[in-house]
Amino acid sequence: MGDTGIGASVRRKEDLRFVRGSGKYTDDMNLEGQAYAYILRSPHAHASIRSIDTSAARASDGVIAVFTAEDMTAVGGIPCGWQVHGKDGSPMAEPKHPVLAEGKVRHTGDPVAVVIAASRTQARDASEGIIIDYDVLDAVVDMPQAVMEGTTSVHDDVGTNVCFDWALGDKDAVDEAFANADHVASLDLVNNRLIANAIEPRCAIGDYDQSTGQYTLHTTSQNPHVIRLLMGAFVLGLPEHKLRVNAPDVGGGFGSKIFHYAEEIIVTWAAAQLNKPVKWTADRSESFVSDAHGRDHVTTVELALDGNGKFLALRETTLANMGAYLSTFAPCVPTYLHGTLLAGQYSTPAIYCEVKAVFTNTVPVDAYRGAGRPEATYLLERIVQVAADELGIDAAEIRRRNFIQPDEFPYQTPVALVYDTGNYEASMGKALAASDYDGFAGRKEASRRAGKLRGIGIASYIEACGIAPSNIAGALGARAGLYEAATIRVNPTGSVSVLTGSHSHGQGHETTFAQVVSDKLGIDFESVDVVHGDTDKIPFGMGTYGSRSIAVGGAAIVKAIDKIVAKGKKIAAHLLETSESDIEFENGQFVVPGTDKAKAFGEIALAAYVPHNYPLEELEPGLEETAFYDPKNFTFPAGTYVCEVEVDQDTGTVDIASFHATDDFGTVINPMIVEGQVHGGIVQGIGQAILEGCSYDENGQLLSGSYMDYTMPRATDVPSFTVDTTVTECEHNPLGVKGCGEAGAIGSPPAVMNAILNALSEVGVTHLDMPATPHRVWQAIRDAQAS
Amino acid sequence: MYAFDYKNPSSLSEATDMLRSSDDGQLIAGGHTLLPTLKQRLASASDLIDLAGVNELKGISARDGSVTIGAMTTHAEVAASSDVQNSIPALADLADGIGDPQVRNRGTIGGSIANNDPAADYPAALVGLGATVNTDSRSIPADDFFTGMFDTALAENEIVTSVTFPTANRAAYCKFPNPASRYAIVGVFVSQGSGGVRVAVTGAGAGVFRVSEMESALAQSFSSASVANVQISDEGLNEDIHASAEYRAHLVTVMAKRAVDKANS
Repeated sequence: MGDTGIGASVRRKEDLRFVRGSGKYTDDMNLEGQAYAYILRSPHAHASIRSIDTSAARASDGVIAVFTAEDMTAVGGIPCGWQVHGKDGSPMAEPKHPVLAEGKVRHTGDPVAVVIAASRTQARDASEGIIIDYDVLDAVVDMPQAVMEGTTSVHDDVGTNVCFDWALGDKDAVDEAFANADHVASLDLVNNRLIANAIEPRCAIGDYDQSTGQYTLHTTSQNPHVIRLLMGAFVLGLPEHKLRVNAPDVGGGFGSKIFHYAEEIIVTWAAAQLNKPVKWTADRSESFVSDAHGRDHVTTVELALDGNGKFLALRETTLANMGAYLSTFAPCVPTYLHGTLLAGQYSTPAIYCEVKAVFTNTVPVDAYRGAGRPEATYLLERIVQVAADELGIDAAEIRRRNFIQPDEFPYQTPVALVYDTGNYEASMGKALAASDYDGFAGRKEASRRAGKLRGIGIASYIEACGIAPSNIAGALGARAGLYEAATIRVNPTGSVSVLTGSHSHGQGHETTFAQVVSDKLGIDFESVDVVHGDTDKIPFGMGTYGSRSIAVGGAAIVKAIDKIVAKGKKIAAHLLETSESDIEFENGQFVVPGTDKAKAFGEIALAAYVPHNYPLEELEPGLEETAFYDPKNFTFPAGTYVCEVEVDQDTGTVDIASFHATDDFGTVINPMIVEGQVHGGIVQGIGQAILEGCSYDENGQLLSGSYMDYTMPRATDVPSFTVDTTVTECEHNPLGVKGCGEAGAIGSPPAVMNAILNALSEVGVTHLDMPATPHRVWQAIRDAQAS
Repeated sequence: MYAFDYKNPSSLSEATDMLRSSDDGQLIAGGHTLLPTLKQRLASASDLIDLAGVNELKGISARDGSVTIGAMTTHAEVAASSDVQNSIPALADLADGIGDPQVRNRGTIGGSIANNDPAADYPAALVGLGATVNTDSRSIPADDFFTGMFDTALAENEIVTSVTFPTANRAAYCKFPNPASRYAIVGVFVSQGSGGVRVAVTGAGAGVFRVSEMESALAQSFSSASVANVQISDEGLNEDIHASAEYRAHLVTVMAKRAVDKANS
């Protein structure tokens, strides 16, 4: 591997600019003559708009234009990228998602009008002169209530608040297994709603060149080509060769920057209307009510077991919140990214789940770090723990008894997926050893002496990453392909530019992708640069989400490298006057084994671009190759997390005493970066478990609309983690990689909650929903004592 | 934010003149409440009169039996002051726990008490120690200064110049922070000094208040056992998504116990 190849903890190249404050984010860009957009948003969760009077705003200082939905009749609605069909075969309800509200507003923060002015302040000042006559309607906030007969509809043309009623699995087999089970555990739980809170608020700048008809959108996106396709083809009707989408440095996404947002459309459209660049930057308050939220499930789960604690069947019914409109990938999150993961690491023979997706007068809900898989892992690892407690089986032992065994791979689950590789007992064993699982009783006693309750929790998670293949995704409702693309451009003097369709918004691709290329081509790490984010530079790629960058994007890079090497062999054979089949490529040299004949990679590059001695009749000059990679299957990272907590009964405060993670990510390219990804994921998972709770009141007002009330995890809220790995390589991609971006956020919430409930079992508490805030924990203890 | 004129006086009398002559002037100290509300357009002012350049409002002086802290002294300065640490360590400790390092290096004692946020820490110290608020025209006992949520006894255009704290034999502050904002959900300051025992609670109600039942119990015996069974009523206490009134009432007892233990340690 060397110091910079695959497996080396190379320091991140990109950090040089990030830590020096010289990153170039969208908001750092200012175009000559640009105007500023201010978006006036609905203060109501649900209201009819009787009238909008913009005359005073139009006359206000510095105002260039004021637009409402009436001005945008030629602009399409914001499309949804995934169509789910219900269990009766009917397509999901897909009401229009207008760019600016048409006659009705459906959540607080819904865009109603846009003011464009010479300065941000002037735009905002003018917006205060817009007079909107609202007829406030009942807000639909609570999901169980939303699906009851007679409840107000969020969308009149849908007539119900059920977007789709979906199911997966063999209902009859599951019902039969439950009927014959020795034991049935059951649990009602809520997977709490979260707000992503990327450190960089969203920003979009539209630009239009009247002389060429060329549009440009600079935007904070995880997937610029997806935005180009959606906005160009479905919203504005622009041909793709006339539309460039550029997502430069992006300060975190966690899913919230996958989606196509109204503001991107507004600035691009307005730039052409006004023939001047238009810039919009969200402030933090705006981010809370305009970035898609995450999770928000209300679930009942049941597990049927035999007398030995073997799982016989699992049954789930869930209400999944879609919010007011369908965000880009919202329908696939509680379905194909959720129901398919319900086997977890276990050989449960029969599984059935039903998911109703529900419209409410809240911000749209879509993928957030883990997307569907944290919800599946949470309900599964919670019900497994409940069953273990009810049957008096140790938490590790019940999992061990039900793990899919290493010799059972490839393993067909009852919920569609085929796991390729894994060794679940190996990662659990390592996590248990690291956490000194057997020594817990002693630590519990020490806590007791200090007046605290101590608990330990285990969660064994699986996830499906590198979402694919395209044909299967298409059959399941995806309206796009899910491959990735890469171009390897070898420059004449031997340096390499990697043009990737993946997008880095914190992940460190500029480092890890360079490591892969350096390793495979045997060239200096410093002579490889990675280019991403600009549709004018990179091949058509699908972007970064679902931990897919290395598993799909990295595989595309390897495929392109293979083409480079194959061509290099032809050139070397010519230069060395031998046959191509005699050439091997190793350590950056094209060699004829057993001889001293060799050509360095740089010599081949130069020969390709200065083809004076070159087989021009058989081979094109140049050394640049593009590959598209469409994977054969998902990858299946898995692992076990062990968490210990101490609970202060007097205040309800939970202290995360220790956290030990063991993950199987397949081949690891850069252990330091992987460790960082796991740390970040665990912190987000701990955030979900004990801190973060998005809260609406009954009128649909967001109560947790700022950092005064929405609790982001701080460094002092988490312990120092131990993070380790085991390795079973993915068998169907060329790097053997599985992906690591989401694991931490998937495995940690149930580990934390199992630990808290383990601690609280002593005082009679049997259930608690996330976030386990001090108030909730105190209340649960008090309620248990009262009953 | 809406436009305003920025003024930076270099003396108290200049500041007073500017305040009196402005249409709708506002004093700005650390700005931790004022600036966010201006940015959100929840507040506006014709003039912002910045007290940062008024040196006579800064500094700490210790005398026999008391410590006087200038209104424009930052929390970080109070926390680091050897005069405060030596004479009223509980006050230095409280200042060291306000917000985060940025807040402590910008926020001031005068700004905090003049704003009288019901969840701020300093009001508990002032009432818990029986301090005196000095203004450009008079001195006001802390018990009379805090009159309600974001409301004080300050007259129009009256400026806080300093706060004088009597030393105590024993004192301590314990707070249970809001997990998000880290303001006090409940903060309890206890002290035993020449003026007797004081127990002041912040965060729980519309403003800082004393708990006489705890004070008399502690006067009998200054131990946590004395307050362990004193449960205050939850009537009229604050309720929000972080804590019910009932929980706050419970936390008053818990924090009082811990504060007494801390004072005794």
